[in-house]
Amino acid sequence: MVGVKINGLPFSFDEGTTLLDAAKFLGIPIPTLCSMEGVSPYGACRLCVVEIGEGPKARLVTSCTYPVQEGLKVRTASSRVMRARRMILELYLASCPQSKTVQDLAAAHNIKTQRFRQEHEDCIMCGLCVRICKEQMMSGAIGFRGRGEKRTIGTPFDVKSDVCRTCGACMYVCPACQLRCTFNDPSKAICGGCANLAPPCLAKSSFDDMMCSMDPCVACEIKKD
Amino acid sequence: MERLRTTSDFWGLQRRLLADRDPRKPVLVISAGTCGQASGAGELIRIAKREMLENEMGDRIRLRITGCHGFCEMEPSVLVLPDRVFYPRVKPADLPRILYASVLGEVAEEFLFVDPSTGRRLARQDDIPYFRKQRRTILERNEWVDPIRIVNYLEAGGYGTLCRVLEGGDPVRVIEEMKASGLRGRGGAGFPTGLKWEMLAKAKNGTGKYLVCNGDEGDPGAYMDRAVLEGNPHSILEGMLIGAFATGATDGVMYVRNEYPMAVKHLMIAIRQAREMGLLGEHVLGSMLSFDVRLVKGAGAFVCGEETALMRSVMGFVGEPRQRPPFPVEKGIEGKPTSINNVETWANVPVILEKGGREYARIGTEKSRGTKIFSLVGKIRNTGLVEVPMGITIDEVVNGIGGGALGKSRLKAVQTGGPSGGCIPAHRFDLPIDYDSLAEAGSIMGSGGMIAMDERTCMVDLARYFMSFLKDESCGKCFTCRKGTQRMFEILDDISKGVATLDQLDLLQDLAFVVKDTTMCGLGQTASNPVLSTLRYFRDEYVEHIVHKRCPAGVCKDLIAYSINEKCTGCMLCLKACPSGSITGDKKVRHVIDMATCIKCDACRSVCKLDAVEVR
Repeated sequence: MVGVKINGLPFSFDEGTTLLDAAKFLGIPIPTLCSMEGVSPYGACRLCVVEIGEGPKARLVTSCTYPVQEGLKVRTASSRVMRARRMILELYLASCPQSKTVQDLAAAHNIKTQRFRQEHEDCIMCGLCVRICKEQMMSGAIGFRGRGEKRTIGTPFDVKSDVCRTCGACMYVCPACQLRCTFNDPSKAICGGCANLAPPCLAKSSFDDMMCSMDPCVACEIKKD
Repeated sequence: MERLRTTSDFWGLQRRLLADRDPRKPVLVISAGTCGQASGAGELIRIAKREMLENEMGDRIRLRITGCHGFCEMEPSVLVLPDRVFYPRVKPADLPRILYASVLGEVAEEFLFVDPSTGRRLARQDDIPYFRKQRRTILERNEWVDPIRIVNYLEAGGYGTLCRVLEGGDPVRVIEEMKASGLRGRGGAGFPTGLKWEMLAKAKNGTGKYLVCNGDEGDPGAYMDRAVLEGNPHSILEGMLIGAFATGATDGVMYVRNEYPMAVKHLMIAIRQAREMGLLGEHVLGSMLSFDVRLVKGAGAFVCGEETALMRSVMGFVGEPRQRPPFPVEKGIEGKPTSINNVETWANVPVILEKGGREYARIGTEKSRGTKIFSLVGKIRNTGLVEVPMGITIDEVVNGIGGGALGKSRLKAVQTGGPSGGCIPAHRFDLPIDYDSLAEAGSIMGSGGMIAMDERTCMVDLARYFMSFLKDESCGKCFTCRKGTQRMFEILDDISKGVATLDQLDLLQDLAFVVKDTTMCGLGQTASNPVLSTLRYFRDEYVEHIVHKRCPAGVCKDLIAYSINEKCTGCMLCLKACPSGSITGDKKVRHVIDMATCIKCDACRSVCKLDAVEVR
């Protein structure tokens, strides 16, 4: 067990627990976009920063990757943390204003407007889809390409990957994109994953276990009939 | 090449080599690093070889082709040993004269360096102000060795320190010496090297440990590491071997960027020669030390100079940093403990062990010991590599060694640490150069780039340039670095175009602080430095751009206009130079620039000899 002080109160946790998990266990809210139970921590969205240390050595770290350490002093909502968090949310709002998740987080932090040039991007590059595809679906069909502003997510050479079984997990976990299947009317489905003409789950020939994340799913509706 | 099986084999070979050498025989040293070759050293080498063969001078003079000596402004240069006579900017036609004079032990007076301040001709290299004010412990060695001949390095005493360390047989003592030397990482962060080694030596994580030499030098305007990699690759290998002995490391990786073809070539030769001689591989010189090095070529990403990104790159993945902890020394390449040190750090290791840590620690300041190589570039008279003791003031480097600004203008600021560093204004040139003073002034030591700027440099444009570099080089993994650099560039671009507001200036500052605070790796954490330091020292220039829509330095294209004043004599020079045909006028009639078609390329101003072209 490792003893830490979170917001001034002493707690102890198992070794290897991340600060984010510890805070979650205690019911302390820390917003995050790129962390999810079951996939490895990545530290990409930077929303979950907390302040550790004291005096001139105090610094911000991402709570999703930082493990508890003996005697560590953590502040989850200090003024420095809040200033950073609000600026990060403003940046998100400037790039992905259409994401419900981002809108809700911004509203919760009382951010009503942003001061940058408005963009309309779909992806925040949190990498959840890449990680769930590789780590939970054991597929690894998609990955990152390029760097900096040219960074994108997709299959190699933008050709449909042989290992992709259109399970929909990538869409299911996405906090920003609007591609999640919310319709069981094929004409209204936007993703095309389940509504394609031959859903692989129906054929069941090429994959033993679909591990399907489409919910509700057109294919399942068809199967019922 | 004979294989050395024991340390006594080594000493025997070294004795034989030294006995064969006549120290009074003149040596013609041609510095032919990348910089030398670019300015014509290849031609000099060809002529020197031809003359020596045709006149059978082989037994009276030796030719040595080395890496860069540092005085890039004066390349191609020739140095004649043992009298250390320095000939700057040698023309191929003049070389035979220098060669014959050297054989006779004379000095070719007419080609010597002329001191610009006194007008006197100086023969000895060490009398030249540029060299006299330096303390060249690493760079000096570049003069001694031909990088592709291991024998040369052995003659200069190379690998002797390794041999003594192996004979001493006490790894703990080596680490103690390193700690006593106070050497801090030369890559920029300044972590104490001895401490890092101690952590690696104590790390117990399965079998095998890695040592990495970080030669991914990507800063614009910095090339210290290139000079060492090209000019003295064996010193780095020796440093790594000593490091391996001290820490128990088994594998070494040389990570060198592929944009340095000569460094890659010289390292490949050096590694092969060291392996053939038994200095790399199983049981080095018959000791218990088994260590081998492989060369990994970088694929051109600036971020791969960051240690966690470098490790991923070595393992064959995309070069992206990961969040620390765990630190490389706990979990590095292939999950094994890894210590990553800069090229210059490794080159310092044999020097420290040769002289002793305490002796080394006498150079420099209390918290920053030893010497540091800087690449002095920009609007400065003497560009090149300078090696100075820590604690020397910026003024001594840029005005003393560097010779001050080019032409009639005055220096305005110095950017240290490349795009990750910040600028230091002229009124703070009395600042001593060490890790902590530079950090306090809002900059960083960085790997050692030093870019001098005069009054014709716009600080907004400078910050904008560095931010455009960083936004392209950010890997894009963490959000605040990717979007933060993009947004900072966007605002800086607006300011340089004169369309920004004062609110945006505040936003820029807030954003810069948050980016510094919240990014994952060193690239992002230092990305704000150019913005924050220029805002700190040159805020008035930003305000001038925003409020008065003027660029005081006359650089930002959207805010300037060219005109020709009454000094114009109608010489037609600018008219001919103008690529867009915007200048009209006749001979001996004052010319006129049509701003409607002018593309603001500055060609007219740079060709005018009378200062008749004005920019506002």
